[in-house]
Amino acid sequence: MDETDRRIINALQGGFPICDDPYREVADKLGLSETELIARLQRLLEEKTLTRFGPMYQVERMGGAFVLAALAVPEAEYECVAETVNGLPEVAHNYRREHALNMWFVLATETPEGIPAAIEKIERATGLTVYAFPKLKEYFVEMKLHA
Amino acid sequence: MPDAAALSPNPSPAGGRGEPREPLARLDELDRRLIVATQGGLPLVPRPYQALAEQLGLAAEEVMARLRHLLEIGVIRRIGAVPNHYALGYTANGMSVWDVADERIDALGEAVGRLPFVTHCYHRPRALPLWPYNLFAMVHGKGREEVEAQVKQIGALLGADCRAHDVLYSSRILKKTGLRIGS
Repeated sequence: MDETDRRIINALQGGFPICDDPYREVADKLGLSETELIARLQRLLEEKTLTRFGPMYQVERMGGAFVLAALAVPEAEYECVAETVNGLPEVAHNYRREHALNMWFVLATETPEGIPAAIEKIERATGLTVYAFPKLKEYFVEMKLHA
Repeated sequence: MPDAAALSPNPSPAGGRGEPREPLARLDELDRRLIVATQGGLPLVPRPYQALAEQLGLAAEEVMARLRHLLEIGVIRRIGAVPNHYALGYTANGMSVWDVADERIDALGEAVGRLPFVTHCYHRPRALPLWPYNLFAMVHGKGREEVEAQVKQIGALLGADCRAHDVLYSSRILKKTGLRIGS
């Protein structure tokens, strides 16, 4: 990743234009050619420096639901429980964190009713209690990081 | 394709609790096809909306008008690049969690959310006695030291309003896919 890549990443974490030639418009601002900008984006995606390039959708505005949840998993069962939890399509992310609640995952479903159903599936499959932490209020969400 | 109810205006809150939800966006079949076609990303070609339009059998003007509308109503948060934060060197991610008085949480949450290094900030329920924390602030740093310094700043901002806190680092990514709606 060079200085130009960094400029592209910092400039493009939002606000990509909706017009006939959006790449050209952005390229002009960055002092690049349209071809070079597209080639660099392609490479940044291939190298996985970028995970995506495009619109970021907000599931809840489409009627879906997102809920953070956690489990306190006994160490001896950890791998097995991780496999079970990851196997559910409703589980979007899952992280190990160091706490008595040591498995934290996000349930994302197309309808709000999908959340309790997914929780029940996990509880039945693992025999563990799922602690759900639905957001009561969102103060800020902006996942922009400086490259 | 999931049933139409998934997209109809039905303001029932998740789990029956939480902030009043905004009325849901009304999406039609074309919006839905557009979402399915773009949730993996935009075409990397000089006229990406034209390319999408051809793929969907629509006019480019229609694709652009719909995307603008989806942005306006918040179905699209933004259009751009999503960096892999590990690739950018942000290897430490800490979920900092705080126990503050419920009557004060909105003012405190807004203030914490304004800190430049906080990427997500939420009020969530406690789960007593195991979990006394109601304010969650996600911080990212290029190492634990940086995260710890950020957590200290949040602590300083909360001052005496902070009754207890913890930081949970992610020590392993077990899964990361994100939501995909059906096509």
